[in-house]
Amino acid sequence: MGKIVGLTGDETAAEAMRQINPDVLAAYPITPQTEIVQNFSQFVANGVVSTEMIRVESEHSAMSACIGAAASGARAMTATSANGLALMWEICYIAASYRLPIVMPLVNRALSGPINIHCDHSDSMGARDSGWIQLYSENCQEIYDNLIQAIRIAEDKEVLLPVMVTLDGFIISHAMERVEILEDEKVTEFIGEYKNPYSLLDVDNPVTWGPLDLYDYYFEHKRQQIEAIEKAGEVIQRVGKEFKEISGRSYELMENYRLEGADLVIVAAGSTAGTVKAVVNQLREEGVKAGLLKIRAFRPFPVREVSQALKNAKAVAILDRSVSFGAEGGPIFLEIRSALFEEAKRVPVVNYIYGLGGRDIGIDEIKAVYKNLERIAQTKKIEKLVGYLGLRE
Amino acid sequence: MKEKGWKEIPLGGLILEAGNAEKYATGGWRTYRPVRDEKKCNDCLLCWVYCPDSSIIVEEAKIKGFDYEHCKGCGICSAQCPKDAIEMVEETKFVLQEKGEQ
Ligand code: SF4
Ligand code: SF4
Repeated sequence: MGKIVGLTGDETAAEAMRQINPDVLAAYPITPQTEIVQNFSQFVANGVVSTEMIRVESEHSAMSACIGAAASGARAMTATSANGLALMWEICYIAASYRLPIVMPLVNRALSGPINIHCDHSDSMGARDSGWIQLYSENCQEIYDNLIQAIRIAEDKEVLLPVMVTLDGFIISHAMERVEILEDEKVTEFIGEYKNPYSLLDVDNPVTWGPLDLYDYYFEHKRQQIEAIEKAGEVIQRVGKEFKEISGRSYELMENYRLEGADLVIVAAGSTAGTVKAVVNQLREEGVKAGLLKIRAFRPFPVREVSQALKNAKAVAILDRSVSFGAEGGPIFLEIRSALFEEAKRVPVVNYIYGLGGRDIGIDEIKAVYKNLERIAQTKKIEKLVGYLGLRE
Repeated sequence: MKEKGWKEIPLGGLILEAGNAEKYATGGWRTYRPVRDEKKCNDCLLCWVYCPDSSIIVEEAKIKGFDYEHCKGCGICSAQCPKDAIEMVEETKFVLQEKGEQ
């Protein structure tokens, strides 16, 4: 039997990593990720994991060490937040293009400046084009479940791509919740062993990693990456089903929460989805046909599934916890609005930017969004395409 | 070497065969082509020593010519030659010649 424990998001991530027992962990501390690595280093000190822990001098080095380790055939992990991810930037692209299945919890935090340590999604959204798979977690349980599945997804022969599992800084990373932990053996068996077909250390079969790749082949290698991340969609679904067999919890690319017959739909990712669910339940009791579409996989983006889920809605609001400066709306909004373009019927869609730098979002703000959706559904008029939720004028 | 499609090549830009750089033609980068005057050359092999791309072909201690598949036209051989036997000629000249336009 597994066990039920009270853990913070960071402790949950560390617990999942203890069970994964990666060969190498290279990390540098940054708020609010610090407790993940702090807890994990305790496991290393206590000898409950056999991980080689590399204390690096920066996140740039952390990701570089992970690349070296993964290329040599080791299962490598790291964890970071915000500016740490920004410092890893160029190496993140290299990890993806070398097709190394590194798994990294990313504790979402606002990017400086002005300097801020609280949650928004500007860090992960900034890395959306790096070639990494991105899975967003709503709560501690999902962090645990996503991390274990991420190993399988990343290392799938058809994928071979790095995965970041996000959790909202402080809101989830430092809040304690009830988490169901599987037996160690079950996790070990589920994730299996990582076998890189081309190990740097295999001296009998030497290969060259990282050669210059010019106009004659670079494009073809990018096409391979496109193929892999598209395939990842199916693999995420398949692994989600298999995970249900050992945990009882199933996972899709996204979660449809009370979407059947829903007229007014909010789309959200991360912890806010939990708050939206509470509002949906209240409104449903009042007879309002409210629903939630929760984005789990943002990369690959489930275009068909999303438009399928939203095409019959009367009005849709997309909540973005980050800004794409100079674009008309946040990253999730742009993606969904584009996905809906293929639908014969025009669904009215609006965008709300919210929660930047950890600005709280509560029941009242979300209710106000549903109120606005109600108005849009009645009048068929969008007064403001992109709004700001919880911002002082 | 015929260029392959994206389904035929190893993932991640890996090169699976050791020492296969020779199969990858890079001579197309050249804008100047080294041309040797056999009469001036005394086979001292200095050009062979200095060429950074191993593009001077030597057989039995004699210069046989240039490996134009890999020579980048850097001109080092020409600059080092004590006999002034290597002239750097603009590639366009050869292209035009091939087209018969002079
Ligand atoms: S031009 Fe440069 S690359 Fe070409 S043969 Fe001379 S030294 Fe070698
Ligand atoms: S350096 Fe000049 S003289 Fe010597 S072998 Fe080369 S071409 Fe001939």
